Amino acid sequence: MKVLGAVVLPVVIVLIIGAGLLRGVKIFDCFLEGAKEGLITVKNILPSIVGLVVAVGMLKASGGLDIIVKFLSPLSGITGIPEEIMPLAVLNPISGGGALSMYELILKDYGADSYLGRVASVMMGATETTFYAITVYYGSVGIKKTRHTTLAALIADFTSFVASAWTVRLFFGS
Amino acid sequence: MMNYIWGGMIVFSFIAAIFSGNMQSLSDSVVNSGQDAISLVIKLTGMMCLWGGIMKIAEKSGLTRVISRFLSPLFSKLYKNVGRGSKTAEAMSMNITANLLGLGNAATPLGLEAMRRMQEENPDKTTATEDMIVFVVMNSAAMRLIPTTVATLRTQFGSASPMEIMPATWLSTAMSLLAGVITAKIFSKLLNNKPRRVIALKRGFSK
Repeated sequence: MKVLGAVVLPVVIVLIIGAGLLRGVKIFDCFLEGAKEGLITVKNILPSIVGLVVAVGMLKASGGLDIIVKFLSPLSGITGIPEEIMPLAVLNPISGGGALSMYELILKDYGADSYLGRVASVMMGATETTFYAITVYYGSVGIKKTRHTTLAALIADFTSFVASAWTVRLFFGS
Repeated sequence: MMNYIWGGMIVFSFIAAIFSGNMQSLSDSVVNSGQDAISLVIKLTGMMCLWGGIMKIAEKSGLTRVISRFLSPLFSKLYKNVGRGSKTAEAMSMNITANLLGLGNAATPLGLEAMRRMQEENPDKTTATEDMIVFVVMNSAAMRLIPTTVATLRTQFGSASPMEIMPATWLSTAMSLLAGVITAKIFSKLLNNKPRRVIALKRGFSK
């Protein structure tokens, strides 16, 4: 696992740069163009990140987060998702910024290479903000009746949450 | 919806602080949060620029097109009314490929184009078709080959091997995707068959 993890990024980057050179693409100009777009994305997400980091920080500092964790802990027993990760699972489909700041909090509290840190990492990597995707895609073409989209998407999310805990135990032990 | 959730989080925190006596630390957290938010974003900015740049090269050298050509046949099987090699299938597979490579910026316009093409064929313009449901579900279950954001934050918090979670992530995403698509398909079948059954029953009665 460690070898794969170390190799993947350099290999992908070299392959892409190599392909660009072979195809005669102006790779550095392209790089600058893409990097600029990355910067614009950052600018666009910044306001919502500020709002949600504040809200998540307040939840944590007030002890409200502990109450939510306790409240959700029976669910954690059934699903095998650790109770400390449950708030992340709840926020994940609703708010990308909220999930991101909750994720940072988990890494800060428990460390990146702990069981909890790994489960949270897999969860973050394996899902997208479901309600955002539904709103944007249907909103763009004026669909009002989305039928069973939300149900299917939430079942997909739920599966990925349970799977995150399970795959981490499978690959790393707990 | 976000309005209520955000407001709810803040009001709930305030009430919790009254009962737990954590008002001072709540106040401190408000003062520090702005700074925390900026430092979180700064941690991610470098990687987002770098990856955006690298992936733009991938896009311009035709890599997205090559991968999407592999995926395209699979799509015509998965979707009912999307013809092999059609413009819709092309937009769809380009969208999913862009997602795979972590090209969020490029993925959304492609996905919207696929939605627009499906909507043209849709007899009922306000109701989602079976294909649309499967497509939106596929988009909401993120399939990403390289989780750059996660890896960046893991590095910042002292991970010895930030990318080691990749295989677990792939497996989780695959299971999630499968569950979502199967649910979508099953419900489409159930709901589509219902009217026919009702008609059959009525015919049965009239005989």
